[in-house]
Amino acid sequence: MNTAQEETATLTEPKKTVNVSGSVAILEGLIAEGTDTIFGYPGGAIMPIYDALYDYKDKLKHILVRHEQGGTHAGQGYARSSGKVGVVFATSGPGATNLVTGLADAQIDSTPMVCITGQVYAHLLGTDAFQETDVINITTPVTKWNYQITDATEIPGVLAKAFYIARSGRPGPVLIDITKNAQLQMFDYEGYTPCDHIRSYRPKPNVRKEYIEQAAALINSAKKPFILFGQGVSLGNAEQEFKAFVEKTGIPAAWTIMGAGAIPTDHPLNVGMLGMHGNYGPNVQTNSCDVMIAIGMRFDDRVTGRLDKYAKQAKVIHLDIDPAEIDKNVKADVPVWGDCKETLPLLTALVDQKEHKEWLAEFRAFDKTELETVIHDELNPQSGELTMGEVINQLNELTKGEAIIVTDVGQHQMVACRYAKFNHTRSNITSGGLGTMGFGLPAAIGAKFGAPDRTVVAVIGDGGFQMTLQELGTIMQSGIDVKIMILNNRFLGMVRQWQQLFHEKRYSFVDITSPDFVKLADSYYIAGKKVSEREDLVSSLEEMLNHKGSYLLEVMVAKEHNVFPMVPQGSSVSEIRLK
Amino acid sequence: MSSSQEINEKQEFTITVYTENQIGLLNRIAIIFSRRKINIESLNTSPSEIEHIHRFNIVIHETEEVVRKLARQIEKQVEVLKVYFNTNEDIIWQEMALYKVPTDTIAELVSVERLLRENGARAVVIRKDYTVFETTGHREETDKLIEVLQPYGLIEFVRSARVAIIKDSDGFNRKLREFERREPGQDVIENEFLDKEKNVFSM
Repeated sequence: MNTAQEETATLTEPKKTVNVSGSVAILEGLIAEGTDTIFGYPGGAIMPIYDALYDYKDKLKHILVRHEQGGTHAGQGYARSSGKVGVVFATSGPGATNLVTGLADAQIDSTPMVCITGQVYAHLLGTDAFQETDVINITTPVTKWNYQITDATEIPGVLAKAFYIARSGRPGPVLIDITKNAQLQMFDYEGYTPCDHIRSYRPKPNVRKEYIEQAAALINSAKKPFILFGQGVSLGNAEQEFKAFVEKTGIPAAWTIMGAGAIPTDHPLNVGMLGMHGNYGPNVQTNSCDVMIAIGMRFDDRVTGRLDKYAKQAKVIHLDIDPAEIDKNVKADVPVWGDCKETLPLLTALVDQKEHKEWLAEFRAFDKTELETVIHDELNPQSGELTMGEVINQLNELTKGEAIIVTDVGQHQMVACRYAKFNHTRSNITSGGLGTMGFGLPAAIGAKFGAPDRTVVAVIGDGGFQMTLQELGTIMQSGIDVKIMILNNRFLGMVRQWQQLFHEKRYSFVDITSPDFVKLADSYYIAGKKVSEREDLVSSLEEMLNHKGSYLLEVMVAKEHNVFPMVPQGSSVSEIRLK
Repeated sequence: MSSSQEINEKQEFTITVYTENQIGLLNRIAIIFSRRKINIESLNTSPSEIEHIHRFNIVIHETEEVVRKLARQIEKQVEVLKVYFNTNEDIIWQEMALYKVPTDTIAELVSVERLLRENGARAVVIRKDYTVFETTGHREETDKLIEVLQPYGLIEFVRSARVAIIKDSDGFNRKLREFERREPGQDVIENEFLDKEKNVFSM
């Protein structure tokens, strides 16, 4: 009723316009979308935007990264810790191509980002102009959406679409490429209208009541139900709804590494981590549950192991916002399409209040075996070199599960995901799908900007750290407080582990030497310390956490330590090895 | 059993895609196939009966299971409105072909009238030096005319991509109105798996 009046009002009233440049329109749009921080790097083709930014210093914080890849990972870290859209600026050509890794990472891990790249003048497109690359076509496979703007009048509409697409439905990265002439062009700006509908785009499918009912019936009749949850729970801000569902049904719930923290680590129904280096119980029980309830997860091969031996005995209920995920890897008996923030409460209303004591006890029995054969020695070694597990365990003791843990990729990542304690959602920031070494340091910077009140600890290996260590410069210049913990085993440990187990110990190019990381940090005016003795570990961790400002702690850990349990590639999850 | 066998058998599928008319969308759709190393046998894209909306016809040789997954991946693209996939039984399709032949040979050696009648062809251009015939039909039919004309010095031949009409479709106008409304239509997402095979679900 109101809307009709409003419509006539907007039709009759002449719109007030201001004559502004395309660059100013971009910055105004970002502010309207709630952006407070931009990670970026200037260059020729994006200079007009940076020129406009000079006058917006008080409204938009710009963090000068040291490499555009670092910008994208920082944008990801920001998005993952804050739940907001990460914003990244880069110039054309090499600036834009440097975004590709971060875009691919954000695409596979569903991270909302808007990347804005400068482009050569429209009249130079296709002429092999200086720093011209076809960034739209390069980034098409690794973006949820991308668009090239050659005329400033398109800017407000396209930017609004970009933010809407990036954050709605299954989130993802969006790239907007803006030619230099469009950045400079003056036009009549009518103000910014956020986008909330695109006719060809369905952010979330309709909830179908019959499938909710079928799912509930199946859950109520199940003797050995099992919940697998992924990042979809936190992406959908459905942590409360999820907890209510888990607690009412009393069903054991296991997580993918992207889902870690959606319910607290020590929740009585949290039975641990799925997948290749996940916990013993959840992997084995996958092949003995009778009803599997997959929530906001996509059955990655690192989670499922061999598909033809994966949960064949179980009826599968799959809750996902992305219809393309249903039946993609694992056939769903009941597909519950929709936003889990909406579907979970509907399901909770229909399920019986239950406890599955015996079934849960089975999980706890597997936990006991894993504790005795793997975890105890990993977390409490009495002699020998430090283990990664004990470092994470001691860190838990000090942070009490309150910190955001950002990891890089490799052995330390698996150990951190396995043992880190999380009390809160949006606390485990890791490169899950793409496995991007070099993710950790810049993502930690972004995570701190996204959640300035929380302690951010980056756990990084000696290999991955050397891929993006230039971002120490970003830490130095921005004065951000990030705790960096390098677990140094002087090896590319995960590859070495595979070479040991599957390639007859033929250690091919996994021996990596490192600079003096503490001196390196010192040259960036970042405090640091190296620790290799067990008796110094706790005090060093305390020093790191209590230090005002960033701190780099290099922990020398056992050189040839393997991460177990492990589901060898090509094996079934129930063939998980404990050693 | 038989149905699961059918689903795993490769056959020709025609994928119909309704999209916004946007630069770069062809690439976005094409890479969904190339990423999975699937060859596109035939591709036609042109404006549909509705202004600003384009229609793609894509023909591939694959199993139904793969095609279903591809369709969902295509439909996931922001500027794609709707994707249908059909077997050859579900559609009426045609390809158009043009044949250029030397006029003197063809006039001298062939009963042109009979040739046109037998092949459902027509002459588009007749010049002193060459003649262009046109025919439409299935692949075998357009192929057959090549065979017929080859002995008479076929100079050039070109065939269009497949265009196809879905037999039991109501067109896209009603669907489009649904898309333009903010509330999604009820059958925007169909659960083909359960709808078609009710027996699959059992307690």
